[in-house]
Amino acid sequence: MTAHPPVAAPRTRGRSRRAVTSFAAVSVLISSAALAGCAQQRDDDVYTVMNSSTDETYHRWDAEAMARCGKRLGVTVEQQSVPASQVMTKALRMASSKSLPDIVQFDASEMPTFAEAGGLVDLRTLGLGTEDVPEGIVDFGSYEGTYYGAARSVNTLALFYNKDILDEAGVKVPTTWEELRQAAKKLTRGKRYGLALSAGGAEDGVFQFTPFMWSNGGDETDLDSPEVVEALDYWKALLQDGSLSKSTVNWTQADVNDQFMAGNAAMMINGPWQVETLNTKKSLHWEIAQIPVPERGADSVGPLGGAVLTVPDTGDTEREKTAGRIVACLASEEEQLTYALNSWMVPANEKTAAEWRERVPELDALADQVAAARSRTAKLGAGWSGVSLALQSAFQSALTGQSSEAALKRAQQRATSGN
Amino acid sequence: MTTSTVTAPVSAETPGKTAAPDPDRARLRRRIAQWGFVAPAVVFMLLFFGYPLVRNVVMSFQHYTPKTFFTGEAPFNGTDNWSAVFQDALFGKALWHTLVFTAGSLLGQFCIGLALAVFFNRRFPLGGVLRSLILLPWLVPMVVSGIVWRRILDQDTGVLNTFLDALGLGGHTPWLTSPDMALLSVILVNIWIGIPFNMVILYGGLQEIPKELYEAASLDGASAWRTFRSVTLPMLKPVITVVLVLGFMSTVKILDLILALTDGGPADATQTLGTLTYQNSFVELDFGAGAVVGNVLIIVSAVFAVFYLRANRTEGK
Repeated sequence: MTAHPPVAAPRTRGRSRRAVTSFAAVSVLISSAALAGCAQQRDDDVYTVMNSSTDETYHRWDAEAMARCGKRLGVTVEQQSVPASQVMTKALRMASSKSLPDIVQFDASEMPTFAEAGGLVDLRTLGLGTEDVPEGIVDFGSYEGTYYGAARSVNTLALFYNKDILDEAGVKVPTTWEELRQAAKKLTRGKRYGLALSAGGAEDGVFQFTPFMWSNGGDETDLDSPEVVEALDYWKALLQDGSLSKSTVNWTQADVNDQFMAGNAAMMINGPWQVETLNTKKSLHWEIAQIPVPERGADSVGPLGGAVLTVPDTGDTEREKTAGRIVACLASEEEQLTYALNSWMVPANEKTAAEWRERVPELDALADQVAAARSRTAKLGAGWSGVSLALQSAFQSALTGQSSEAALKRAQQRATSGN
Repeated sequence: MTTSTVTAPVSAETPGKTAAPDPDRARLRRRIAQWGFVAPAVVFMLLFFGYPLVRNVVMSFQHYTPKTFFTGEAPFNGTDNWSAVFQDALFGKALWHTLVFTAGSLLGQFCIGLALAVFFNRRFPLGGVLRSLILLPWLVPMVVSGIVWRRILDQDTGVLNTFLDALGLGGHTPWLTSPDMALLSVILVNIWIGIPFNMVILYGGLQEIPKELYEAASLDGASAWRTFRSVTLPMLKPVITVVLVLGFMSTVKILDLILALTDGGPADATQTLGTLTYQNSFVELDFGAGAVVGNVLIIVSAVFAVFYLRANRTEGK
């Protein structure tokens, strides 16, 4: 069902034998020309980058960065953007037809799958250094100790709050779970909920659950541990208090942002990629803080998100070397800063991040949260997707009535059974 | 591909030059010509239906992972994929949801579609305009309907609940957020989408029924209900079969609508075979397991097709 047979050659209907022969001759000529074209499709000076920058703004920022790097290296860099959910399947299909692009930008949680299949080149062998890159970010782009992906910027989740609403209600910015629960309760009034978050049945929901799970000492390898159960019970309590909308289980992170912008939620858990949209509403005064922790003094551990630039193994070492240079350029300090300032993400590089903090002081809390953030695939690698699916089903069951313990026990069984 | 379609008609013509009136050769020529006309269809079917089908069946017995795309190696693993899928509790759930979804959707679509078709069968002012307006849901892409309905059905801010609230009918129905309600809501949306199709085909069928039959019935003093049961329904039977078969085929494999509405949630309450095969193949990248679920879907359709063909045959007699 996934196989796509090649498109058939043009169908011809001859009138005589001679016509048929000439048709055959022509079609042979055409197809051989086409095949030759395929083989030479890789123009020597044209390099392609496949990414998921389908939004106009991101596509433009990337195109500009690629144009600058291309100019510096004397090559043309072309951008090919596909929807985020299709990058992996498209790359796999391209791998089987031996037509992989020179550079692929994967979501960091997907990169291990492609690396495990043997599709990526070690960036260190292509001359990319990791001296200035913080260890956490190197790990973020690594699979089983090999550095496959260079991150330009990273992101994580933080607590966004509506300053006007909090001031009006006299509520201080919460820092612990208990404070968050009380604040959310107090801020819930009429049609407005105290807090909005996404518990939708996709990676969005899992991404949002991890800071609660990890800050409480829970772990994705042991889903039915008391720490994870406690974290889920905390979500349930917020829902039972009426501080969260019942629609939480059906919301993506973009929906959560819509609710926050419409004034239907006083606080939300979300990421910096929403900032551009948030800023379009001038009357909205928002600020961010770290995600509250179970106990005062505990570390707020969020999920590290973002994309990494990788060089697929195409077998052409010369091209791979140039591709490595393009990646190095795109991930250079200068480009990182430009990209981070555009997209509101945190630069991956330590020095650049410090500079970025000065330029964007309002997102300071986010930079702190990133520094302590953890990668989702560090422990499970390519096994993350199965655990993620099991976890989605578990917190949705728990939020719609089941006990957290039973739901997570089933999730752990499902995750270990390999389904 | 090219050769098989080209040579057939040609070889049917070239022997004509010998011009010997040989009945055997003439028959052979006709035969070849017949096959020549059939050949394009056969080749098309083999290439675009046969090949993927066989490939999917083979894949369900293979350990097919992302690595396969690089090495081309997919070792056979017997019935491992099948037993893994059948032991997964989610599979049983998805199968049940698929059956409920299909039966519920078809019933709703068909009954409302038939009622509307009968209604529009009489001529009245603006009837044509109204009839074309009802086609609108059909014109909207499935994903768009899905996203719009997701907003409409939102528990707190959705139009439907706000409307019900204004009427004093509660208005806190958890349409898509309760595992007990979600499947029903998805079915309701699918009924809305399917009504135009049912109505159009059934309306066409109604137009074909000779007016004399109705005149005769009314002369015999038959009531409206009796006329509907004894004239309309039996005359409409072939069209009804077509509507239901086509409806079944487009409903049983449902994927886009559910992905847009609930993503299979909450808590897997709207997982169907379609979403499960998508999840196995494109989220978990376990293509073998995805193929198994896809094959089950094919088997379900095949069983139905057999019933359909049999029903058609008795009809023919």
